[in-house]
Amino acid sequence: MALSRPEVQLRPRSARTGGPRRVSGLLLGRALAFAALVGLSLLILYPALWMVSTSLKPDDQVFAYPPRWIPNPIVWENYARAWASAPFTRYAINSLFYAVSVTFGTVLSCSLAAYGFSKLRFPGRDFLFLVMLSTMMIPGLVTMVPQYVLFSKLGWINTYLPLIVPSFFAGAFFTFMLRQYFLTIPNELLEAARVDGASELWIWARVMLPLATPALATVAIFTFDGAWNDYVNPLLYLNDERLYTLQVGLKFFQDANNVQWQLLMAASVLVLLPVVLIFFVFQKYFVEGATLTGSVKG
Amino acid sequence: MSGTSSPLPRRRGLNHRQREALWGYLFIAPWLIGFLCFVLGPMLFSLYASFTNYDITSRFDWVGVQNYVQLLTQDTRFWKALSNTAYYATFAVPLGIATGLLIAVLLNQEVRGQRVFRTIFFLPKVLTGVAVLLLWLWVFNPQVGLINTALYRLGVPENDLPLWFADPVWAKPALIIMSMWAAAGGFMFYLAALKGVPRDLYESAQIDGASSWRQFWAVTVPLISPVIFFKLITGISGALQFWSESLILTKGGPSDSTLFYGLYIWQTAFTDLRMGYASALAWILLLITLAITGVQLWFSRRWVHYEGEVR
Repeated sequence: MALSRPEVQLRPRSARTGGPRRVSGLLLGRALAFAALVGLSLLILYPALWMVSTSLKPDDQVFAYPPRWIPNPIVWENYARAWASAPFTRYAINSLFYAVSVTFGTVLSCSLAAYGFSKLRFPGRDFLFLVMLSTMMIPGLVTMVPQYVLFSKLGWINTYLPLIVPSFFAGAFFTFMLRQYFLTIPNELLEAARVDGASELWIWARVMLPLATPALATVAIFTFDGAWNDYVNPLLYLNDERLYTLQVGLKFFQDANNVQWQLLMAASVLVLLPVVLIFFVFQKYFVEGATLTGSVKG
Repeated sequence: MSGTSSPLPRRRGLNHRQREALWGYLFIAPWLIGFLCFVLGPMLFSLYASFTNYDITSRFDWVGVQNYVQLLTQDTRFWKALSNTAYYATFAVPLGIATGLLIAVLLNQEVRGQRVFRTIFFLPKVLTGVAVLLLWLWVFNPQVGLINTALYRLGVPENDLPLWFADPVWAKPALIIMSMWAAAGGFMFYLAALKGVPRDLYESAQIDGASSWRQFWAVTVPLISPVIFFKLITGISGALQFWSESLILTKGGPSDSTLFYGLYIWQTAFTDLRMGYASALAWILLLITLAITGVQLWFSRRWVHYEGEVR
């Protein structure tokens, strides 16, 4: 206690003058922050590296104790074996079809709705916008059962229609996100096009969409990622094995082969590879997208 | 647009305002139709079905409030699922927010390697789906998993090592640890907000002799409270719907310790085909979600600080 008192008095003075004490304090703080970040990074990377390590192990090293991080020899064949042990090529084509269709439908319909909500005036707009916002609080579980009933009455079970069609009808979250972005685009640009006689559809396609590329890319990446990783909906609507997606295939692969971990991890790495690649290529959009949604106030 | 192009043909009888309104309705039509067909319609159907014994094939008899009475008074699995979900939300939401905030605060220190760190911490947001859940199954493996190996090295006796997904006591904590890993990616939200806190506020706090800890609670937290509030609302609503992980990893076991509310709805609807009963369960969840959100909105007036807001 006796020591702490002078410190309290010292701090304001050094803060004001930016003296050596403050500089060394800052450096110490940064060094500590850096050390903490390295530690946390390792915790984050640990499972992912373990996955890659396991996927390259010979059969007899999978359960080795203590665990080996670098397998000897490195068994690249695990990847070929894993891929061949189930019809993964077909599943991959199905997954790609599902994810690309949903991404297209979402970007198209959400950007249309967002344009209407942000740049056009019509009676009841604010009320409808409020309705849209409030639907975000409705748990998906409430509509899951009746939607299943609807699609089964339409005879859509065992097709991709229940998975893809709803994406063409503008979900609330991404419409809201795009609207926030559209609001930042100056109205003068639209007015100029209107004076030239452009239709609203033309303005949406030729003025709005090009200017909103970062936001659209964010929505596209998140949607693709979500559909690629979706397990519940394909499981619910697709019974025919030829229609399975990678996620469903992976789960059945685990259940069927009384778990050969090295193969399962190899298959998992391959399933994750596309989204990881997309992430690295479009990283700046991810960051921007998170900032977009993060800066939402209230 | 070249100067010679004539304006597009315009509908007669519509003035500028009406034309804009018509376009407006056309543009939001996808959302409006989707709202009616995939949200409002299904919800009304679900509400009606919750008062019946609907089983998707033939039975659709009105049974009044019987489903609700049964699940509230006789259904022990309903209460089990509800308490499992409450347990999960109680721990996963605050721990998730703390994880994201901690990483954001550290990254806000202008340390070296920002880009690398950001990439690493964002990875959990990208690595999702069945593949990663199966990885966790392997990481939590009681005999050879990473976590128990590490605990053993740290001196935990072999017989005291948790069995994780094989033990009713440890299955939920395992899922919460998983959720914290996933929540690391949430740092972006907080970092964006932290960047917006004016530097001079910290300067004046330092002049007043405030410690770093005190600065965090007195300056940082109030100024980023809208983001924390946003994550709290969406986090709780998300935690109440946490279930597909348990469908993939544990199927609700052992002894119903990971039977979360959503999994119970899923089993009731699609395994037992008791669609009416499942609808009643879903509506209870909706009411709980709305009630919790309402309470949070009410309390938010006391602690959420909006810049430029007039009080």
